[in-house]
Amino acid sequence: MTLRPDLAIIADHVAPGSRVLDIGCGDGALMAALTAKGCDARGLELDAAKVATAVARGLSVVQGDADTDLADYPDASFDVALLSQTLQTTRAPDKVLDHLLRIGQRAFVSFPNFAHWRVRASLMWGGRMPVTKLLPERWYDTPNIHHVTIDDFRALMAERGVTVEQSWFLNHGRPTSAAAANFRAEHAVFALRKKI
Amino acid sequence: MSTDQRFGLARQITLAGPLALDGGGVLASVDIAYETYGTLNADASNAILICHALTGDQHVASTHPVTGKPGWWERMIGAGKPVDPARDFIICANVLGSCMGSSGPSSVNPDTGAPWAMAFPVITIRDMVRAQAMLLDHLGVRVLKAAVGGSMGGMQVLSWAATYPERVRSAVVIASTARHSAQNIAFHEVGRQAIMADPNWSGGDYYGGDTPAAGLAVARMAAHITYLSEAGLTAKFGRKLQARADGTAGAKTFGFDADFQIESYLRHQGLSFVDRFDANAYLYITRAMDYFDLAEEHGGRLADAFRGTDTRFCVVSFDTDWLYPTSESRAIVHALNAAGARVSFVELSSPFGHDAFLLDAPEMNRVVDGFLGAGE
Repeated sequence: MTLRPDLAIIADHVAPGSRVLDIGCGDGALMAALTAKGCDARGLELDAAKVATAVARGLSVVQGDADTDLADYPDASFDVALLSQTLQTTRAPDKVLDHLLRIGQRAFVSFPNFAHWRVRASLMWGGRMPVTKLLPERWYDTPNIHHVTIDDFRALMAERGVTVEQSWFLNHGRPTSAAAANFRAEHAVFALRKKI
Repeated sequence: MSTDQRFGLARQITLAGPLALDGGGVLASVDIAYETYGTLNADASNAILICHALTGDQHVASTHPVTGKPGWWERMIGAGKPVDPARDFIICANVLGSCMGSSGPSSVNPDTGAPWAMAFPVITIRDMVRAQAMLLDHLGVRVLKAAVGGSMGGMQVLSWAATYPERVRSAVVIASTARHSAQNIAFHEVGRQAIMADPNWSGGDYYGGDTPAAGLAVARMAAHITYLSEAGLTAKFGRKLQARADGTAGAKTFGFDADFQIESYLRHQGLSFVDRFDANAYLYITRAMDYFDLAEEHGGRLADAFRGTDTRFCVVSFDTDWLYPTSESRAIVHALNAAGARVSFVELSSPFGHDAFLLDAPEMNRVVDGFLGAGE
């Protein structure tokens, strides 16, 4: 089974043997890849059917909500906390990020870039909220309630004093350069650490 | 293995004590009625303990000797099921305090030769677990592959994991709680008062005479309501009237017969229960459940019950269970997370309320099967 490109990047850069919390883990595809690398992976997922699938494949996954349940995890209880394609669906993304950096020594965050040129074009020329391959839902049924761009995210990290250790940008699932990423990348992955 | 008298159906053993109880008393010896299914492997690593609920018994996957009904959890235990005797060695024991062959108020006090009745010491969930641990010692099982239980069975599984963490590799806790709430205690107290208000109860000394069947039936009726969801009751019974025995259509009688189908159903549940259960045992086991508060046993912090545990946990709740609602399961999961334990949790959807764990629940089976399989 091939991993989604942003998940593959995360899987490649988590050290073997790490204790990992995957927030919004879905059916556990990334957790399974990390477990195969000798990681101790735990997951949090809102959707009951996905939780059942993940548990049925032998993963430790708890049904819960990133907005309300992260407070229950102790400080620094994981080496790495992951948040893939979930940030833009939370009610309070900034608080979720705070928890992420509190629970994990490091964090990986991936999200769809709302400033990608195709999105901009749709708004600018069509005057309609964009429906793209990456953002396939229409404005009223999308789970993405906090659209974020790469530059927005960089600004928030700077404001919060969070160190960006590394970042990756994807276009059509392939790496693209950091230059003009806010315009050219559909997807971003950030590796973060709280400044000490 | 088949010649080993310790294994098989309808087993009973008297285990030498003493068993020191949480209430301060001591049982010099303990009778345990139990069944085993499947074969214990050479290194005794495939044993799964099934813990039963309040009115359950050891007949988890065999015909009940009184009612003639199939085992109470054959949906979970059997060929091709999550717990499979072809692979697992399965143990199910009647809990301490019950009435199906284990020591309890209806069993004979060896000191007097008469039934214990109310002289039987009040016991706790942890006392039940200690008695089960004595049985495992007798069976040559040091470490359980898994302990699995729903409702009060789930309380025992939690108590197992907290009391003997090194003896449980995996724990499955379904539709359960880490402590009895005021509402839980309240419903149990209604049941106990119904039993004790029955003149036949006679301070518990009714053995050999008429039993407090009317009181026990009312206790069962009240409890049974808590096992079902309001929506489930409405779907099944609504306000439908009960047809008469002579075949005439149901009608309001302007009297106090069972006009409504739900009344008839509850009366039937109450009456059929008294044939298979002892009223004093009902008092003792409900008391043990009311006293259950796993956090209290660990300085008020539930997480401390699981500190440093290597046990894997699977917690399952049902969205229409208002007896032990999802919030209770979440409290267990929060504590396990705080303790750094490996835990899975899912709330499943079912129209059947608390009873859902005993009914057809393919998602529950899928989750438990995957969870147990991953522990191999």
